[in-house]
Order: sequence, then structure tokens, then C-alpha cells
Amino acid sequence: MSTLEIDRVRKTYGNLEVLKEVSISIGTGDFLVLLGPSGCGKSTLLSMIAGLENISDGEVRIAGKVVNELSPKDRDIAMVFQSYALYPTMTVRQNIEFGMKIRGVPPAQRDKAARSAADLLQITHLLDRKPSQLSGGQRQRVAMGRAIVRQPKLFLFDEPLSNLDAKLRVDMRTEIKRLHARLGTTIVYVTHDQIEAMTLATRVAVMKGGVVQQLDDPQTVYDRPGNVYVAKFVGSPSMNIIPGRIEVEGTTATAIVDVANRPAARIPGIGLSSQAASTYANRKVLIGIRPELFSVGNGQAQGAISVDVDVVEPTGPDTLAVFQLGGVEVTARLPPKQVNARSSATLAVDTSKVVLFDQDSEELIN
Amino acid sequence: MNAAKSFSSRLAGWLPRIVVAPSLLIVIVTVYLFILWTGVISFTSSKFVPVYDFAGLEQFIRLWATPRWHTAVANLFIFSALFLMLSTGIGLLMAILLDQNIRAEGFLRAVYLYPMALSFIVTGTAWKWIMNPGLGIQKVVNELGWTSFTFDWITDPKMAIYTVVIAGVWQSSGFAMAIFLAGLRGIDNSVIKAAQIEGASLPLIYRQIIIPMLRPAMLSVIVLLSYIAIKSFDLVLALTNGGPGSATELPSTFMFSATFRRNQMGVGAASAIMMLMTVAAIIIPYLYSELRERNNG
Amino acid sequence: MANALSQQKPTVESISRQNRIRIGRLFIYGPLAVMAVLYLMPLWVMVVTSLKPLDEIYGGSFIGLPQTVTLDAWRSAWSQACIGTECTGLRPYFVNSLLMVIPAVVLSTGIGAINGYILTKWRFPGANFVFGLLLFGCFLPYQAILIPMARTLGLLGLAGSIPGLVFVHVAYGICFTTLFFRNYFVSLPDELTKAAMVDGAGFFRIFWSVILPTSIPIIVVSCIWQFTQIWNDFLFGVSFTSGGNSPITVALNNIVNVTTGRKQYNVDMAAAMIAAIPTLLVYIVAGRYFVRGLTAGAVKG
Repeated sequence: MSTLEIDRVRKTYGNLEVLKEVSISIGTGDFLVLLGPSGCGKSTLLSMIAGLENISDGEVRIAGKVVNELSPKDRDIAMVFQSYALYPTMTVRQNIEFGMKIRGVPPAQRDKAARSAADLLQITHLLDRKPSQLSGGQRQRVAMGRAIVRQPKLFLFDEPLSNLDAKLRVDMRTEIKRLHARLGTTIVYVTHDQIEAMTLATRVAVMKGGVVQQLDDPQTVYDRPGNVYVAKFVGSPSMNIIPGRIEVEGTTATAIVDVANRPAARIPGIGLSSQAASTYANRKVLIGIRPELFSVGNGQAQGAISVDVDVVEPTGPDTLAVFQLGGVEVTARLPPKQVNARSSATLAVDTSKVVLFDQDSEELIN
Repeated sequence: MNAAKSFSSRLAGWLPRIVVAPSLLIVIVTVYLFILWTGVISFTSSKFVPVYDFAGLEQFIRLWATPRWHTAVANLFIFSALFLMLSTGIGLLMAILLDQNIRAEGFLRAVYLYPMALSFIVTGTAWKWIMNPGLGIQKVVNELGWTSFTFDWITDPKMAIYTVVIAGVWQSSGFAMAIFLAGLRGIDNSVIKAAQIEGASLPLIYRQIIIPMLRPAMLSVIVLLSYIAIKSFDLVLALTNGGPGSATELPSTFMFSATFRRNQMGVGAASAIMMLMTVAAIIIPYLYSELRERNNG
Repeated sequence: MANALSQQKPTVESISRQNRIRIGRLFIYGPLAVMAVLYLMPLWVMVVTSLKPLDEIYGGSFIGLPQTVTLDAWRSAWSQACIGTECTGLRPYFVNSLLMVIPAVVLSTGIGAINGYILTKWRFPGANFVFGLLLFGCFLPYQAILIPMARTLGLLGLAGSIPGLVFVHVAYGICFTTLFFRNYFVSLPDELTKAAMVDGAGFFRIFWSVILPTSIPIIVVSCIWQFTQIWNDFLFGVSFTSGGNSPITVALNNIVNVTTGRKQYNVDMAAAMIAAIPTLLVYIVAGRYFVRGLTAGAVKG
């Protein structure tokens, strides 16, 4: 069993409150990603789990045991750092064995553990090299090897891929995912890269200003973001947030959005809870539409909207079309070569996945 | 069990402070307490040994009434001003020349800097011999045919302080060079390229762009050289021994001879406090700005 | 495009440009060479003078090569010259300086290393203030502490002794060595210490196994700086020791300032060379590190 419970944890430096009552709890084998921009408190939270920072208030429990007062070495954790933090004067083998040496593990056993970790990460041929002789990806593997040999209850990763170039980052991402599948250890992983969060996590905690904005599985975070901030942070290009208003019929809403120089566009068939339906009928809302929900439609279909495409940006598999809708710039992800810049186009919207946000609180409307 | 653990973890928390404490104690005593102590002595009538009475400003009044001290202060101004200007100027020039992608840079740099590795006593001894009017440079030039040439500054009370300047500049301009060179190497090359593309000539680029960018290095050089100038002691002692007469007396040599040779400990302490205040006026703002920038950066 | 342009206008301009560069180079190498000669001249004079017999010094040119090379002056400076009333040469004082400099360098470097480690990797409230206190010690005009230090050494029974000088040099050396190590350790990533903590290493273990092995360059810088400073020191030596316990700089000054009889300039120069050789050797062998020590307190970054 290796659960992690973060219970109303706060972190203050003097008067500055970096974390405000954060509560997260995950089960054995979960892969939790703390996602957010720099300064959101995610790294501080990770350091507190590791025992490298004091906990100002609240409790952290690992496998049910309160660890607030324990030093890092007694928490049964292992950590991989952004800069890898390999000991520069030691060989790869010595790096991996250092922790075991301190714990007094006999040499034969240390050697065996180091070998099997090296095998797992395919760095056996590097064991006698110094970190300065390794490439970025190899260093990353060594850092993971150092963590693996501890056989901890909890792996902590602090932006482990952000020092790698784009290609390597994708490869290592897969590697980490494979490792998680194989070892089944609980992982807490900090990143500002939403793609890493989407691809790796079983649970994502989106953070901003020391507060967890949403804690969910990645698909839910993507499909039904808890608020406008999460909606814009997750996904690239980010979700279009269009001011408009809704007309309600039963539990189905029709969004009405102004279009410059044209009649207002009507997007029907948005599902709502009955309570929300009565609260928001005929009110102004923010309409959230992911770029891929647009498709090239035909003029006759219901809910088709006509727009003047401003710019097209081919990305290869898709083309991004940019146009004005409801007074804001909107991006649609379309198949290539279907629309042209500075011409009009008719687009359809997959309304089953359109979400609505409260105009004032910017919270998701269920 | 739990109590023991928390005790040991509390100890671990205090360990860094405990380990640094002895050093801190030594520095607090030998720097700050000793300064205070010297300050106290400067307000007493101490002569051969410290006595702890209160004599008010008597020693300071006596200090400023001593012609020798006036000579020392005047000399310090002359010496510092020339020493600073020449060392900075020569150091900057050499640094710029060395930065032109030249051959043998390493060798030349080593040549300019080796005097810094010497004791001022060695420097003083060597220059005393070189500037010896009977046997040194004067004689060499005379023998080359320029028989009316005289270079007897070292025995001329009016000129002797300039011999200290010469030896000081010889020893320290390499230091200025090293700092300027480090500063030049830190300047982004693309700035120079950008200026070249705009058609600026090399001298113009140096005057308008590079030298202004060396301001932090310039500040360091000036502050550190001022500090060297104020504490200059061994150089004068070895080169002229404060003479002829008291012509090359500096505050540092004055303090030493008042305290240890002339049994005027109170006056010596007062002069030391004057020196300290001069150094502090230069160094503290400098350290403050250096530390603050470092914290921001 | 740029290539095409530069190829369009050949010969005349490029030749004159080359000439200009050559003349420009002359203005660079000329002053540098002149300065190099001026800087080497005193060393040259010291060496040739120390190798000449006394008659040649009073008769010949001081800058020329010796006609007869003799090591008599060196021999005399090393083992016969009179310092005060003792005619032992510099040898015992050279030994004094060694006995002073070795423990002082080792102690001040070791203490500076651990201070720098604490002030960067185990920062506590007020750590910056502590650093500021130490830093000012680097710029202390030592005249301001001479009298109290003399009294204190007397009270401790260390007056006039080599251990006393070691204490003084360690006390004021800590300021410099702490500065060196702190500035070096600041650039080591904090994650290194954190990783070692997660691995279970404690305060001393991290220092010994992780931090120190990465610090060889700065240890060399610190040792060289301290060696040069302490070897070359004169003020503390002349203030706190007398007679047979003096360091070599004090003895050298005494030899040179002897005024009786015919001045033995060759012995003076040989003595100066003997006093200079250890630091010059260090400079020649490890000049790179020496320069780093010089500029450590000066230029940021």
C-alpha cells in the first residue's frame, strides 16, 4: 500500500502564503501530476511531500503515516530532480549506489540492485562513466536509476523533462510511462507542460496561485474543465472561450453568439442539468468550445455558422483557422485545405462537448 | 523514542549554526570588538601601554596638530589619486589591447600580473635599487651619453612620494588589467557586431559602448585599489622607510611608528580610527550594492 | 547575397584593408611589448644583480649581464647575512615562514570551506547578515586592530610566537576563504544537496562526499590566495614578532635596511629573490587559479 494524502496543507513564508489549504489524496499506483505555471506552488508542494520544506499547517500522510516531522530519508520516497542533481564527481554506479551505501547495504547487494536498475533503464554500459560524459537523456536515466534502487513507496519527479530537447522529451515521456506501468509505484510528478500531464497522469491537479483548481483524471480535466483558467491552461491551442447567451428549452440550451457583419450564430443542443437550465435561462454565459469541435459543415445544416476566416495556419495533419466570433478571436482545428484565409466559411460545431461557464465566477456550469 | 527523535532532529536543525558559530565568534572578536577596543584607546591618554582613563578628544586633537600626520594625509591624497589614475588607465589600456585576439596573450597576461604575487617588501627592495641615484637608472642613462640626466627622486623629499607611486603602479596595474579583462570577456559579442553593422569604428565602439559597459568592473577596480592605497604600508617601509625625513609618511606608517616606535599609543589608535573611517566610507556602500545586486540576480 | 557583394569589389580595397589591419596590429603589439619589458625589468635587474660580484655592481652597469657569474650573494643571503645582530642568513626565517604559512593555509581554507557550505546550502535566518559581517573583514585596514591584537596575543601567551601569527592569519583569512567558497557553492545547484538528503546523507556526509569532491578548483584558489597573502605579509610579522621568530619578509627588510659598511646590493637582491621565489613558483605553476582568487571579490558572476 502506498497512498498519499495531502490534508489541508498550507505553506507560508512570513506573511506570504504560497499554498492555501491544499488537499489531494491518491491511491496506490496512481500517477498524480501537479500541473501549473511557474510560481503556482507545485514545486513547493512536492518539496513538502519530500521533506525538503517544512509544512506550515496541515498533514501529509504517506501510506497512512503522518510524515510531517520525518526527514526525507525516513519518508520512504525517491526523487528525480529537474537538473538531475547527479553527484558530479561520482561514476554512474556510485551515484546509483550512494543512498544504499549510506543505509549500510552490503556491497554485493548494492551491486546487484544497481545492475538490475541499470538493465531496466538500459544504461549498463554507462555504469563506469562520470555524469559529465553523459548526454541529457542518459543523465535523466541515471537519475531515475538512482530513484528506482530505493524501491520507495513514492516516486517524486520535479519537472524531470524540462531540460531535454523536444524529441528526447517525447521519448523519455514514454519511458517514464512504461516504468510506471512496470513498477506500479505511486508517482507524484510536477510539470508546467500540459501534454506531459495529459499523457502520463491518472490524476491531474491543476494549480494556480497556491490553490488546486481542479483534481480529476486527465480526460475529465480536458473535457469538462472546472473553470475558465483550467480550460485555457490545458489543451493546445487552448479552448475558445466565447461570450454569448443561452436560450433554454427543457434541459437543452442553444447558445447565441454575435458575429460581426452577420446575423447572430445559433449553436443548439447543449446539454444542461435542470437546475442549471433554470438558473441560466436567457442569461449571459461564457461558451467553451475546443478547436477540434469545429468541422467544415454545409450551409443548410442546423447549427451551422458562417464566419470570415482571417488567418489559416497549416500544422501538417490539421489546419488551424482563426476568425472572430462573439467579439473574440477563435481558433478551429480543421482538416487541411478546406478553408482559405480572408474568405468566408461555414462551420459546424459538435455540441455534445461544448461547455458553459458562469460569466462572473468563470466556474463550469453543469 | 519520539522525544529522542525530535531532539536529534532539532540538533540537526541547529548543526549548521553551531558549526559556523566559532568562526563568527572569532571574526566578531578580532574584527568588531577589536575595532571597538581601538576606538576606546583613542579616547584615553594611553602612551606605552593602554590605560583606560577618559581623555576625550585629546588624542584626536593631538593627531591633527601633528605636522607629520598632515604630511601623511597629504601624501595619501597624492599617492591615492595618482596610483588610482595610473593603475586604472594602464590596466584598462592593457586589457583592451589584450582583448584584440592577440598571440601570446597568456604569456603577456602572466607578465603583467606577476608583480601581484610578490611581497610589497620585495617590490620595495627592487625599486629602491633601481631608483638608486648613484647606481640605478640614472647611472645607466648617464652612461648611455645623456650625462645631465638625473633621477634622484628617492632622495628628494619633494619627489620621493612619486617613487612610491611608480612602484605601486608597477605592482598593481596588472590587477586592474585582470579585472577589466574579465569584464571585457563578459560582454556579449553580439553587441559589438551590432555596432559594427551600424558602421561604428572600433575606437568609437570602445568609447561609446564597451567602456561604459565596464562600469561594474571599473567600480570594483577603483574600490579595491583605494583600499590597497589606504593600507599601503610595507611598500613605503621597504622603499623609503617613510623618508627622506618624513617625506613619504602615509597614515599607515604613521600609525605604526606612533604606536610601536614613539610610544604614542593613543595617537596611534586615533589615526587608526581615521583610517578605518576612510576605508569604511568607501567599502560599505560598495559591499552593500554588490550584495544587493547579487541577491536580486 | 552578402557573398556576391563582397566578391564584386576585389583587390584595391581589400589590400588597403589588410594593410590597415597590419598597421593596427602594430599599435596593439607595440605598447604590449613595451609594457612587458617594463614589467619584466625589475625582475631582470634583481636576478642579474644577485649574480654579480660586488665590485662589478659598483663599477659596471646595473642592467647588463654579469661578467662573472657568482652565487656568493645567494649563499650569503641564505646562510650568512646579518639580521640585526644574528648573522644566520635568511634560512631560519624561511623556515619560520613555512611553519607559519602551512598551518594557517590549511586551517583557513578548511574553515572557509565549511562556512561557505553552510552559508549557501544550509541557510538560516540571518545567514546573509553573517556573510556581510565576514565580508567586511576582507576590507579591514589592519591598523585598526593592531593594538588590541598585540594585547590579546600577550594575554594568550602567544605574543611574538609563530602560533600567534598563525592565529592572526587564520582569523582574518577566514573572511577571504569564506567569500571564495560561498561564491563557488552558490553556483552549485541546491538540488544536489536535496538529492543527497533524499538519499539519506546528513550535514557532514553531504559536505564530505558530495560538496568537497566538486570543490577542487576553489580549494586550489583558496590555498594559493592564502599562501600568497600570508607569505607576503609584513605588517603582522613586524608588529607581533621580533628577533628569531620573524617571518621572512621582516628579515628581508632588516637585511636591506642595514646601513653599516659598504652596501651589499647583490646580497639584498638575492635575499629579495629568496623571499619571492615561493610565491613566484606558485604563480608560475598555478597562475590561472591565482587570477581567479584576485578577481573573486571583484567582478560579479
